[in-house]
Amino acid sequence: MTTASRIGERALPFGVFLLCLAGWEALVRIAALPPYILPAPSLIGLTLVADWATLSTSLWATLRITGLALALAVAGGVALAILFAQWRWLERSFFPFAVVLQVTPIIAIAPLLLVYLEPSTAVLVCAFLVAFFPILSNTALGLASVDHNLRDLFDLYGASRWQQMRLLRLPSAMPYFLGGLRIAGGLALIGAIAAEIAAGAAGRGAGLAYRIVEAGYRLNIPRMFAALVLISVAGIAIYLALEAVSRVALRRWHDSQRQRQG
Amino acid sequence: MISQPGPSPLLTLRGVDKSFPNGVTALAGLDLEVREGEFLSLLGPSGCGKSTALRLIAGLAAPDAGQIDWRGGERPEIGFVFQDATLMPWASVFENVWLPLRLRGQSRDEAAPRILDALGRVGLGDFAKAFPRELSGGMKMRVSIARALVLRPALLLMDEPFAALDEITRLRLNRDLLALQADLGATILFVTHSVYESVYLSSRIVVFSQRPGRIVEDIAVAPPGPRDEEFRVSAFYVERCRAASHALEAVMSEGVAS
Repeated sequence: MTTASRIGERALPFGVFLLCLAGWEALVRIAALPPYILPAPSLIGLTLVADWATLSTSLWATLRITGLALALAVAGGVALAILFAQWRWLERSFFPFAVVLQVTPIIAIAPLLLVYLEPSTAVLVCAFLVAFFPILSNTALGLASVDHNLRDLFDLYGASRWQQMRLLRLPSAMPYFLGGLRIAGGLALIGAIAAEIAAGAAGRGAGLAYRIVEAGYRLNIPRMFAALVLISVAGIAIYLALEAVSRVALRRWHDSQRQRQG
Repeated sequence: MISQPGPSPLLTLRGVDKSFPNGVTALAGLDLEVREGEFLSLLGPSGCGKSTALRLIAGLAAPDAGQIDWRGGERPEIGFVFQDATLMPWASVFENVWLPLRLRGQSRDEAAPRILDALGRVGLGDFAKAFPRELSGGMKMRVSIARALVLRPALLLMDEPFAALDEITRLRLNRDLLALQADLGATILFVTHSVYESVYLSSRIVVFSQRPGRIVEDIAVAPPGPRDEEFRVSAFYVERCRAASHALEAVMSEGVAS
């Protein structure tokens, strides 16, 4: 592929995106739509700048919750997956609980958590719960998916359980874990937003979702859109950051990072 | 040059049986003697229990009945080479070869001279930092052999190690393996279903029956000259290949009849 065609391929989605924005702007202006029905992209941009103090504080609050929830999910999910891999009876006993938590929609659990916990803690727990499962299930699958011959080799050389875990099973599980991490990053944000909306309805909260609910009550539609833009950008940034982590961790050895020839 | 077999067996299998939970009987009453310093090939059709015998000897599985006796009563250091290279893809060539020593508690620095020596012996001295993905199939197999040799094992078990390689690589590795054995003096137990490979490499070939495996023929291969390219076209080589082929054909026809 030539450099020009590679640049063209990358520029194409940006071009289409800009074209859509221009079409949106034109539609609003030509049809003279009022901002409370549909704000123009330019107005959303101006609102972002004008309300940046409020919105950035809320963005930081949401990102902080998302990051913390993701970190807790990684620590808890990996630790539990290691325990499950070492003792199968533990997996059989506790995995069903993890499945129940996963299949019950978080938006239905959030009000209950808000009864028992401080709103900020409840939001964190919600985000943690949705991010936890992909990490746990992917890492557990990875730890169980070890090459049989390599396992025989470790047995032949008298490796201890801990040596097998550290030198064989954890590295084998890395691509699975990183796949789970990418899913969990997006889910942590979704969990935080869903819980913030539930908490916002209960009267407190400073996250972006709360700003959306609040702006909705005030019919401040441009601010709703501005908060939405920030949430999308945050989601994309989280995905790209975790994608980069995955690329760095796997680039020298995993087939998913192999450049195809020709 | 092939080392001459020693007088006392390094290892003796007596009446070894092995069945699997799915009801398949892999081995029934296997008797086998492995002499020190010999290159012994286990030749037989697919699924006849050759690999199972190797796993039992390695201690990766236990026999249902019978005995595996080691000289001196203790299993010596064993190296194992699988059909595929079985390398850790996330680790460099150096780290892969380090593994057996690392599991015995040797640090990277302590192990380095032996690792580099083993890599040098298989012709990969310049590839210590490479990752398995960056190597060809033959090079990966060389890393696997270096890893098996790094503990300087008394017995090297090889389970069809060259079966998946192209012919040129296979011939080259056959030649290099003979040189390594002459150099190190290790006993090699080599599973194959290639008559030509077994005759070229071995000092002795045992032919397995169809499953459940037992030994039906014991063929000595002691050529008058060196094992070089001339050996592959010598009358002696052809004659031994014919003997092994006939034994294998008899085994196959026996299987068809039953």
